[in-house]
Order: sequence, then structure tokens, then C-alpha cells
Amino acid sequence: MHEMSIVQSILDIVDEYMTKENGRKLMEVAVEVGELVAVVPDSLTFCYEALVENSPYRESKLIINIIPLTGTCSDCNYSFKIENFEFVCPNCKSSSIAVKGGQELRITHLEVE
Amino acid sequence: MSIVTVERKILKKNDEIAAENRQIFKKNKLFTINLLSSPGSGKTSLLEKTIEQLNNSIKIGVVEGDVQTDNDAQRIAKYNVPVVQIVTNGGCHLEAKLVQNALENFDLSTLELLVIENVGNLVCPANYDLGEDKKIVMLSTTEGDDKPSKYPPMFRVSDVMVINKTDLLEYVDFDMNRVREHAHTINPNLEIIELSCKTGEGLDVWIDWIRDNL
Repeated sequence: MHEMSIVQSILDIVDEYMTKENGRKLMEVAVEVGELVAVVPDSLTFCYEALVENSPYRESKLIINIIPLTGTCSDCNYSFKIENFEFVCPNCKSSSIAVKGGQELRITHLEVE
Repeated sequence: MSIVTVERKILKKNDEIAAENRQIFKKNKLFTINLLSSPGSGKTSLLEKTIEQLNNSIKIGVVEGDVQTDNDAQRIAKYNVPVVQIVTNGGCHLEAKLVQNALENFDLSTLELLVIENVGNLVCPANYDLGEDKKIVMLSTTEGDDKPSKYPPMFRVSDVMVINKTDLLEYVDFDMNRVREHAHTINPNLEIIELSCKTGEGLDVWIDWIRDNL
């Protein structure tokens, strides 16, 4: 389960930012997780809660925004939502698809009090 | 309440170390592959066959990643190639830093091919760039033909799919066309090599692929 190490990476970045916010309290960590990224959101939440339990961040929440998998056809320019990981253009059947969204694994912002 | 903007990739640190590894490989003119599969698909067997065929002509180094034991490294050491075992102690994937640490144990300038055998797992390693030139995903005919559909991220990020244990095709329900079709829907650029480490059938295609990439 690599969600634990992903949460550890999240907390390393959070630490870096929170030291600059001296004395303020972390309330939320907002992350984006793309559909193409091999991460299970529930596991991420579970690992987050486990890791912050005995830390100064214990009252904070992890907010996960799932980013749908979308692409644009390189042949006909049609933009669409990629369903069932089928990278085929529904308009012209081309398999030359540029992924637009769905590969994110990033922290967007923190909410502090 | 106030908002602190971060906008940062969570695995940025890993990506940065992977980029350093890539530079190290490039500097040493080393072709590096990251070998990925479920446990038991035959990664170590493929590695053994590869070493048997190439060891006289190409200098090979191996990084073995396992959750526990150095059994695989011992298998490889018999062939007199430099091998470093990384035991992850429960970790389900290799990270760029672990590989970078392992590199210190090689004389990289003497090597031409470095094979990193990842921990047996079709999920987690997909997210972690190690700095390799190519990702090779292996599956075997005994695992069922729906692997690409079940683990799309891994098949999307890989360059080559090696299908092992073709000698067992007549005994298992494994539709080769179905696998090829599904894999290409997920990743149209995926190269596919069918082989049997047991009988040696198809191994020449794999060996040629390596030679072409060196």
C-alpha cells in the first residue's frame, strides 16, 4: 500500500509550509488525485488520519478532489472524457489521444486558522 | 481561516531524484530498464535468461527489489554479474532514492545495461519514476488475460509488455488477442513480446529488443 508513503510525502510538504505559518493551526489539506493515478482515495484518507493522529495536525482533514480522465484527439481535436481507460476517440476512432486531465497527484492548498 | 496556496506535485521529490538518476545513467552511457509485474510472473527468470544470452557480450548490472529476503539476488549472483539487493521491509515499490543509494555499489562506467527488478506489484510502482529509460511490464499466461484492464495505469506508463509462459497456453484460458487488444486500447504505443522463459521460445525477440536499444 503506497498510500502511506504518498501521505508521508504530503506531510513533508505540509511541514515545509506550516513552519512559515508559525503558530497557526492546520485545518485542511486539499489535494488533487487524477483517475489515471494508481491511488485509492479511501486508503489515502485512512493513512492520513493514522499519520496525523499524534501530530500537531490531528484536527486537520484531507480533502481529495478526484480529477476525471479527459483527453483530446490529436487527429480531429475532439475533447472528451475517457471512460474505462479506453484511449480511443469516440468521434473518429483514432487512438492518438493526448491526456488533458487525470494524471494529477498534487497539493493545491492548505487552510489554516 | 486563510488559504495557503501550494500547487505542488506530491511526488516532486521522487521525480527530482529520478531526474538525477537519469543524468547518472546518461553520463555512464547506461541503458536502464525497470522490470515490473505481479509476484510470480517470471521477472527473475527473464533476467536469468537475459544474462545467460548476453553476459558474454554486454556488461550487465542488476538491482533487485524485494519486500523481504535476498533470494533473487542470490539467484542472479550465480551468473557473476554485479547485483545489489534492496529489501524494502514491507514497502510495495522502489523509489528513486533507494535506487540512487544502490548505484553507489556499482562501478557504473563499466556497465552497459542496468536492470532494476521492481517489487512484484502491478499498482504502486506505476507512480514512481526511477530514472529508467524503459519500463517493461510482464504478465504471464497463468494470471488471466484481463490484467491490462484491471491495472490500466501500469500498462499506460509502460513501454513494453512481455507475456511470459506461452508454453502453458494450451492449458489455460488466456486469449492472446484479447490481451493485445485491451493493452493497445490503454496504450497504443505499447510494444508486445510473447515468450517462454521455460522453453526459450520468443526469447530472441526480447534479446534483439535489448540490443537495438543499447
